[in-house]
Amino acid sequence: MKQEKSFYLAPYDLNKVFEYFKSRGYKVFGPTIRDEAIVYDEIASVDDLPVGWMDEQAPGFYRLKKRNDKAFFGYVVGPHSWKKFLFPPVLTLFEAKRENGKFKVYDVNTANEKYVFVGVRACEISAILIQDKIFGGGQYTDPNYIKRRGNVFLIAVNCTEPGNNCFCASTGTGPRVVAGFDVLLTEVIRDDLHYFIGVPGSEKGEEMFVTLGFREAEEFEIKEAEKDVNEAINKFKRSVDLTDAVEVLQENYENPLWEKVSEKCLTCGNCTMVCPTCFCNTIEDVTDLAGQVAKRIRRWDSCFTMDFSYIHGGSVRYSVMSRYRQWMVHKLSTWKNQFGMLGCVGCGRCITWCPVGIDIVENLKLFKESTVKL
Amino acid sequence: MEVSEREILVVEKNPMLPQIFQIRSRKQETSDTFTLELEPVEAGVEFIFKPGQFNMLYVFGVGEVPISISGDPEKVSRVTHTTRMVGTVTKAMGKLKKGDLIGVRGPFGSSWPVDKCSGCDVVIVAGGIGLAPLRPAIYYILRRRENYNKAILLYGARTPDDILYKHEIEKWKSRFDFEVYVTVDRGTSGWKGNVGVVTTLIPRAPFDPQNTIAFVCGPEIMMRFTALELIKRGVSENNIFISMERNMKCGIGLCGHCQFGPVFVCKDGPVFSYSQVKNLIFKREI
Ligand SMILES: Cc1cc2nc3c(=O)[nH]c(=O)nc-3n(C[C@H](O)[C@H](O)[C@H](O)COP(=O)(O)OP(=O)(O)OC[C@H]3O[C@@H](n4cnc5c(N)ncnc54)[C@H](O)[C@@H]3O)c2cc1C
Ligand code: SF4
Ligand code: SF4
Ligand code: FES
Repeated sequence: MKQEKSFYLAPYDLNKVFEYFKSRGYKVFGPTIRDEAIVYDEIASVDDLPVGWMDEQAPGFYRLKKRNDKAFFGYVVGPHSWKKFLFPPVLTLFEAKRENGKFKVYDVNTANEKYVFVGVRACEISAILIQDKIFGGGQYTDPNYIKRRGNVFLIAVNCTEPGNNCFCASTGTGPRVVAGFDVLLTEVIRDDLHYFIGVPGSEKGEEMFVTLGFREAEEFEIKEAEKDVNEAINKFKRSVDLTDAVEVLQENYENPLWEKVSEKCLTCGNCTMVCPTCFCNTIEDVTDLAGQVAKRIRRWDSCFTMDFSYIHGGSVRYSVMSRYRQWMVHKLSTWKNQFGMLGCVGCGRCITWCPVGIDIVENLKLFKESTVKL
Repeated sequence: MEVSEREILVVEKNPMLPQIFQIRSRKQETSDTFTLELEPVEAGVEFIFKPGQFNMLYVFGVGEVPISISGDPEKVSRVTHTTRMVGTVTKAMGKLKKGDLIGVRGPFGSSWPVDKCSGCDVVIVAGGIGLAPLRPAIYYILRRRENYNKAILLYGARTPDDILYKHEIEKWKSRFDFEVYVTVDRGTSGWKGNVGVVTTLIPRAPFDPQNTIAFVCGPEIMMRFTALELIKRGVSENNIFISMERNMKCGIGLCGHCQFGPVFVCKDGPVFSYSQVKNLIFKREI
């Protein structure tokens, strides 16, 4: 990437950024606290950010904790991901109306909303780029996704303190943000210092910096930020070698180990809902009482349900084992055959939000070990 | 991971919106199976497809299901589907009458490689409703009969009453250049033909295994055993093609439902060569 100018932003300068976009018709989405978790929602100002909070994570465990500083982005990732804005959990695909004994189909997705995403992490950018490929990279594309995606102004944030379940260094998707942003922020916080280094990643980003008149950052200010980002890579508590995951998993479909690793799985589908790359969806048909108006509604679906693989006569994947196997093999193996990259960006959400703490990283390790022994 | 910088995504036509077609004829084939001929409401639209491809058919307010195209690929003014009533959508579709409207998205998926092998024997093996997706290939081949050596149809139905396209099968049987063998799982009093599953016809069928291309469609278990029988006779794995069935919500690679290991049945299939899928079709619950 060509090295652009770096700008200095004082913490509350972010409000100017939000106002800049709001006055240009954008909705600003960012992290905020709700129900004791950090979620992504519309935010009005810096005061809505989880200022001074961090998240503690472990398999099947998530808790917010006070930091001893006032960091804006001092947490990692919560149960939400940006996919909920680009690939909404529920979307009406079309409405069909009966008219004189015939019916007509109406596209109802005509709105053209512009979004700012605030605080997108490196792994999350990778997840968005993966969904770009799924919904926009094949012979058939989803125009609703593409329209939303084209209207996003993406403000990324470098991670300086990976969480306990993070392993993006292993998937090659973090912790440093390298591409895919309009503006990249690095938060620097010391006893007596709190500021952001901002770098534009697109013309729109550059324009914003120029219009808002932020000053250029001093060299020492940039150095402090660089130090934090460089040190992040040494702070990971999890890692896994993914080099031959694709082959190992597809060669081990019939390994009895699958029974063991899926033993506790409740098929609740949490892992698929929180995963920023999972894209499976289903369609529901509804009609009004008079039967005159019909809608086709697309919803997020999960490969953990029985209905997912139902064909006349029964579900293809009826056992819990086969459904867990489908999910894990897809994420770390067959995704590569389908889209040219893995379906996992190492965010750790599926590990944190699994009620029984099933751990994709540890499970992959078990398969790799069991293959060596064979 | 190599995720490249965002590419420019281009909005094209929404592939989830159906085209509206009108039912021009409805024919009851058997007690539970019917054939619809559809014509686009918009005048002058041609429907061009390849044998083996399918459409997503939408019944107003009820739902949308994948159904193979069962008509003649050379007749582009209409599109034909043969459907067995098994559940919610197919039963509602069975109630539609001539003149009613239906939503169509397609054609989708891969096709029978009808031109793969000129001068070969073509063996078509169908089980039950599996004859429907093979009928376009039969029309195609019979129209270019000189391009092939022998042409053989082996068809198995549950009972004599379940035989599809009865009238047409009789016509095919009367041709000297098309060998048609029909068998039923269970005979009835008037039935004088073969009884037994369709795989039992394979050992005796008069084709040259070294020089044969086979198209197989039916229940998955039937396709597995058929492929094994064909291989036993010496047909190459690369020359055996089957059509897979999986739950499908989109038909175009966007919903994830039809995954079969590394492939999407809707866009990489439904027609696969046996060699492409042999590692997975004998494994359970993939
Ligand atoms: C590529 C392809 C081609 C097909 N061609 C034909 C054909 O030519 N003629 C024909 O009669 N049938 C065909 N089928 C099967 C047909 O799609 C199912 O019978 C139909 O989906 C059943 O829907 P239903 O709502 O009536 O049944 P229900 O049992 O009520 O099914 C509920 C839902 O499950 C899914 N489902 C159920 N069975 C199947 C199935 N076998 N395949 C895929 N999804 C299923 C559908 O989404 C359906 O709406 C084809 C299937 C595929 C995948
Ligand atoms: S599979 Fe788990 S760790 Fe990987 S991207 Fe999805 S939620 Fe994150
Ligand atoms: S792995 Fe965990 S989160 Fe995923 S379906 Fe099973 S119990 Fe739920
Ligand atoms: S049917 Fe939706 S991906 Fe194949």
